[in-house]
Amino acid sequence: MRKSFAPALLLAASTAAFAENPPDTDALEARIAALEAQAQAMREQTAQVLAALEAARAEIAQLKSAPVASAPPAAPPPSAASSADSSGNAFNPAISVILDGQYAHHSLDGDAYARSGFPLVGEGEPSADGLSLGESELSLAANVDDKFYGQLTLAAETEDGADSVGIEEAFIDTTALPAGWSLRAGRFFSNIGYLNSHHTHTDKFPDRPLAYQAFLGNQYGDDGVQVRWVAPTDTYLEFSGEALRGNAVPAEGASHDGVGAYTLAVHAGGDVGDENSWLAGVSYLDADARDGSDGFSGDEQLWLADFTWKWAPDGNTKDGGIQLRSEYFHESRDGDFVDPDGVLAPAAWNGNRSGAYVEGVYRINRQWETGYRYDKLWAGDDTPYANGFDPYRHGVVLTWLNSEFSLLRLLLSYDRPNEDDSDRVLTLQYQVSFGAHGAHKF
Amino acid sequence: MKNMKLLFAMALVVSLPAHAKLSVFACEPEWGALVQELAGDAVEVSVATTAKQDPHQIEARPSLIARVRRADLLVCTGAELEVGWLPQLVRQSGNGRIASGDGAFYAASQVETLDKPGTVDRALGDVHPQGNPHVHLDPHRLLIIANALSARLAQLDAANAASYAQRLADFTTRWNDAMAKWEAKAAPLKGRHLVVHHVSWVYLERWLGLDEIGQLEPKPGVPPTSSHLSELIATTKAQNPIAIVCAAYQDEKPSQWLSERTGVPAVVLPFTVGGDDQAKDLFGLFDSTIDKLLGAAK
Repeated sequence: MRKSFAPALLLAASTAAFAENPPDTDALEARIAALEAQAQAMREQTAQVLAALEAARAEIAQLKSAPVASAPPAAPPPSAASSADSSGNAFNPAISVILDGQYAHHSLDGDAYARSGFPLVGEGEPSADGLSLGESELSLAANVDDKFYGQLTLAAETEDGADSVGIEEAFIDTTALPAGWSLRAGRFFSNIGYLNSHHTHTDKFPDRPLAYQAFLGNQYGDDGVQVRWVAPTDTYLEFSGEALRGNAVPAEGASHDGVGAYTLAVHAGGDVGDENSWLAGVSYLDADARDGSDGFSGDEQLWLADFTWKWAPDGNTKDGGIQLRSEYFHESRDGDFVDPDGVLAPAAWNGNRSGAYVEGVYRINRQWETGYRYDKLWAGDDTPYANGFDPYRHGVVLTWLNSEFSLLRLLLSYDRPNEDDSDRVLTLQYQVSFGAHGAHKF
Repeated sequence: MKNMKLLFAMALVVSLPAHAKLSVFACEPEWGALVQELAGDAVEVSVATTAKQDPHQIEARPSLIARVRRADLLVCTGAELEVGWLPQLVRQSGNGRIASGDGAFYAASQVETLDKPGTVDRALGDVHPQGNPHVHLDPHRLLIIANALSARLAQLDAANAASYAQRLADFTTRWNDAMAKWEAKAAPLKGRHLVVHHVSWVYLERWLGLDEIGQLEPKPGVPPTSSHLSELIATTKAQNPIAIVCAAYQDEKPSQWLSERTGVPAVVLPFTVGGDDQAKDLFGLFDSTIDKLLGAAK
C-alpha cells in the first residue's frame, strides 16, 4: 500500500516535466529572445500609457474646484502586489477560537444508556446531563513558506471531571505541488464521508448523527498521511487516499507497525443553475483493530456514501435556503470478540452492521434556522451486542444566529437506544467564534 | 491496493496539461467584466459570483473549487472581502499557481483603501482591517487597477502582451471619456445626502461628492437595533437625503421600511455588473448608477 504512493507521484512529476520541456533548445532560445523583445516593447507601451494617465489625472485634479473632497486616489504603491490579500494576519498565524458550551437534560440516566448492537466507543456517548463545556478549541493556521501550510487545533476536553487539552489536529499541507495534487501529514480528521472532515462547530446540530457516534466514535481523526488529487474537470472531482496509524476508533491499538487503517474516497460536486449545488461521495475505510474498546479484534471494512444538496434563493445561503444531507454507513467485520467487561463469552465477530441519517435544515432568514434529523442504526443479527432491536432517533433543532460569529441553539430529540428505553433530550447550546475569520468547507 | 493503483493511474491520465488559453477566475462580476475589457477572447474568464449574491457570504462550493483548480490567475477584490470562502477554495483546489504570487491578483491591493478602522473589534461587526474593499465603485481607482491587471496579464501570457497593451490603451481612452461624461452629468449630486444599507458605497460617494448621513446596517453582518432605526428615521427626516440606497444583492425590505416612514425614495443600485438590465458592462454599471441617483434627486 505504502509503496504505491511513491511511484505514482514520481510518474506524475515526470510526465509534467516532459510536457513542459520542448526538445530543441535553439528554438527555445530564439523564442525567449523574441519574448524578451516583446516584453520590452510592452513595458515601454505601458510606461507611455501610465505617463499619459498621470498627465490626464493631474489635469482632472486641476479642473476640479469642488469644496467636497473628490481628489483622485493616490497612485498604487509600487510593491502592493501581495501585501493585502485574503490571508489572516500578516505574519502571525491566523488564530481563531471557538467557545462552545451546553445544557442538556436527559430523561434517561446516562449510566443506564445502552445501544442495541452498538456499544459506546470513542466519544460516541450521549451528551453529559446538565451543564457542560462543548468543543471549545483554539486553532492556529498559517502558510509556513511558499510550499507548506500548517494548522494546529487544540481542544479542551473533560474526562471524569479532569480537564486536559488535547491535540485535535496538527498537520502540514503542501501548497505547491503541480497538477492538482496535495499531500497532508500529521494528525487530521480523515476525508471519509461528509461530516468527518468537518469540525463539529460547523454542524447544524449540537451532536453528531448516531452513525458517526456508533461507527467512528463521533469523528475519526488519526495520525497519518493523506494524498489528494482534484481533477481538472468542470464537475468537481476529488480523489483521496490515506494511511493512518490506527490509534482511534475504529482502528484501535496501533500494535501493527503503527499503520492500522487505510482509506480511499471519491467526492464529486457541482452546481445546478445559480441556486442549487450538490456534493456526493463514496468512501472506504479498511481498519485492522486489536483489542478495541468494544472487544473486537480483526479486520473491519467500512463503506460510506454521502450526499448533500443545498438550495438558496439567488445563491445567497445566509439569507434563506434549504440544505439536505444524508449519509449511509455499511460495516463488515471479520474477527474475534472478547468482552472487555468479561460478561459475555468470547466468540467470533463476523457480520455486518449499518447506519444512516437524513437531515434537512431550513434557513428562514439571516437570524433563524430550523432543522430535522432522523437517525437509524441496523445492528444485524449475528454481532455480539445485537438483540433484534435497531436503534433510532428523531431530532428537531432551532438556531438563532446573532451574527456570523455567534449562535444559540435548541435541540429536542427522542432517542430509542434499545427496546426497553427511550431518552427524551433537551439541549441548549451556545457557540461563538472569534479571532481570524474562518473559511468553511462546503 | 489494486483499487489504489487504478485510481492513481486514472488520475494521471486526466491530469496531463492540455489547455492553451489563460484561464482567469474572477471572484466578482466587476473583475470578470474588467478582464473581458482588457483581454477579450485571449483568455477564458469564469466569474464566481453573480450580482444577486453577497460577495461577503459565498460558500466554498465544489463547482468553485473545480474552477479554481483550472485557473492560471485569480482576479479578486482582496482586503478580506472573500476571506470567508476564497482561502478554502485555494486550499482545496490543490492549485499552487494561484495560491500566491503572480497567479493571485487582488484589486484592493493596487489602490489606497478608505475607512481603515482605527480599532478592529468585532463588537463593531464584521469589519475589514484593511479598509473598505468595495474599491470598484471609484472609476479612478478602477483605471489604476486596470493598468496593474493588464500588466499582470501580459506577464503571465507574454504571447498576447501587445494585444493586452493595445486593449488597455483603448479602454483607457474610452474610460476617461466616460468619466468626464459621468462627472459632468453627476454634478448636481455634489453635496447631497444619502442613506445606505451597508457601507458599500464610500468610494462612489467620495467620487461624486455625496454625503452619507446614515446606515441601515451600521455594524456589518449584525442586524440593527430598534433604537438605531428610530434615530435613523429622525436623521433621515431632518437631513433630506436624495435616496435610501441598497445593492441589488441586498434585501430591499429594510430600505423600503425606512422609505415608508420618511418619504425618501428607496433605490436599488446595481452595485456590480449584472445588477440591473443597464449594467451589462462596467460602463453600463456607472451609467445606471448615476441615472438612478439623478432620478431620485429630482
